[in-house]
Amino acid sequence: MRDILAAEPDSSVAFLAGGTTVLDLMKLEVIRPERVIDLNALRGEYGHIRWDGVSLRLGAFARMAEVAAHPDVLAHYPVIAQSLSLAASAQLRNMASLGGNVLQRTRCAYFRDTSWSACNKRVPGSGCAALEGANRSHAVLGTSDHCIATYPGDFAQALLALDASVNVAGPRGSRRLPFASLHRRPGTIPHLETNLLSGEIITEFVVPSGAWTRRSLYLKIRDRQSYEFAVASAAVAVDLDGDVVRNARIALGGVATVPWRALEAEAALRGRPLTAEVARTAARAAFADATPQSHNAFKVELGQSTLVRALLQAASMEFQP
Amino acid sequence: MTLRVNGSTHAVELDARTTLLDALREHIGLTGSKKGCDHGQCGACTVLIDGSRELSCLTLAVSSQQREVTTIEGLARPDGDLHPMQQAFIDHDAFQCGYCTPGQILSAIGCVSEGHADTPAGIREYMSGNICRCAAYPNIVAAVMQARDQMAGG
Ligand SMILES: Cc1cc2nc3c(=O)[nH]c(=O)nc-3n(C[C@H](O)[C@H](O)[C@H](O)COP(=O)(O)OP(=O)(O)OC[C@H]3O[C@@H](n4cnc5c(N)ncnc54)[C@H](O)[C@@H]3O)c2cc1C
Ligand code: SF4
Ligand code: FES
Ligand code: FES
Repeated sequence: MRDILAAEPDSSVAFLAGGTTVLDLMKLEVIRPERVIDLNALRGEYGHIRWDGVSLRLGAFARMAEVAAHPDVLAHYPVIAQSLSLAASAQLRNMASLGGNVLQRTRCAYFRDTSWSACNKRVPGSGCAALEGANRSHAVLGTSDHCIATYPGDFAQALLALDASVNVAGPRGSRRLPFASLHRRPGTIPHLETNLLSGEIITEFVVPSGAWTRRSLYLKIRDRQSYEFAVASAAVAVDLDGDVVRNARIALGGVATVPWRALEAEAALRGRPLTAEVARTAARAAFADATPQSHNAFKVELGQSTLVRALLQAASMEFQP
Repeated sequence: MTLRVNGSTHAVELDARTTLLDALREHIGLTGSKKGCDHGQCGACTVLIDGSRELSCLTLAVSSQQREVTTIEGLARPDGDLHPMQQAFIDHDAFQCGYCTPGQILSAIGCVSEGHADTPAGIREYMSGNICRCAAYPNIVAAVMQARDQMAGG
């Protein structure tokens, strides 16, 4: 660990975990690191899955498939298990790490194809080809005039909805940050995607539990049934008193530039019975500030119906006493 | 570097950026693992690494050094008897052009050993990482079910 951290990496260095994003983007020449540092020696120390009845601790090098199949995760955090098992393919889930998963890069076609010259994320200051281009898969929330790329992952929404935090270690020591402050909206500098400092490594995710964690789920809508990124998705966790919402936590995927917490929707649910009408009002609140592009206005409607369906499904979950 | 493939050790000289797929195909001469997309999108390059199904196109050869790699060439027994999954693919005619087949077979073995082959729907979901351009899917599902029962029988 110390050796890796002492390396004091800069932008010419890429960390490698499962490699399923890094190698893909290296072959596309979207990233051209001079050095690749394999972090997998840390898997022994940070590959754990530990539930102590109060919180769930997930090592950053645990593989997606291991976590998705873990009995404690399945029993106590269904939204986490589902967000992982509905992602990518069985092979990719055997390879990919949790840390790499939350840091995966956008699937924006202009970002991935270097023959397009305008992409602010790939080449800062070059413009954004997607604004005037094919932007059906792009974001409607959290966009800017500089980038409208969708955050593609699924697991991050589960972490965000459950108020997880992230432990990181770096050349200047260790710290913990709320998962909600890991990703940055594009703003004027879309190439800066996270608030990690240079050389910092994610070591662990810590997910608290609450009355809402058991009644939680991940609903993912895709263009094909499996092995596809979300067009719209919702991670929801609900605590009900009878049919009245005591507390709801919601994060949206497929529709935003970063994992997107829908606080307005949560507020619209609190203290109300979880009916279809109330769910629809909450979903409208979640998308009140949406800014659709030329090809993705359908995401406003689809995102809302996805959230409504997720909430109603969560309300109808039954538990053994 | 040295790679352990199908029970043998291979000493190869490779650029550090070489993928396991290219090492197998171009340097060790095992061309059974196929390159469809080279980007994790098709599953044609699936191999078993320490028994786990993974994509050799997104794995560095360097990172596979201490691990046991199994490719399609390593499945049949030395006496020529096919692995039950290979036999099942033949019995059910689970291919047309055959390009995706080595990846399908390795992936299907992983699918069974993970315990994800209980139902046709489960098999379809857990085999979704293997694309077949010829759409032999119904026969693939039937083959996986047959081999599942034989593999369980020992
Ligand atoms: C065809 C295809 C389909 C996919 N479909 C989905 C999908 O539906 N849903 C989904 O969520 N994902 C999907 N993915 C993305 C996949 O889940 C990610 O590529 C994977 O999770 C990344 O994890 P990794 O360990 O392989 O990361 P790597 O490729 O090793 O790393 C990814 C990034 O994180 C950095 N990194 C890795 N670990 C750490 C760490 N501990 N600390 C700091 N930095 C680190 C790396 O430097 C790199 O920038 C798909 C990928 C492919 C190829
Ligand atoms: S949306 Fe973002 S990633 Fe896509 S072309 Fe524009 S700047 Fe690049
Ligand atoms: S060649 Fe590896 S997934 Fe297509
Ligand atoms: S048999 Fe032709 S691609 Fe599957």
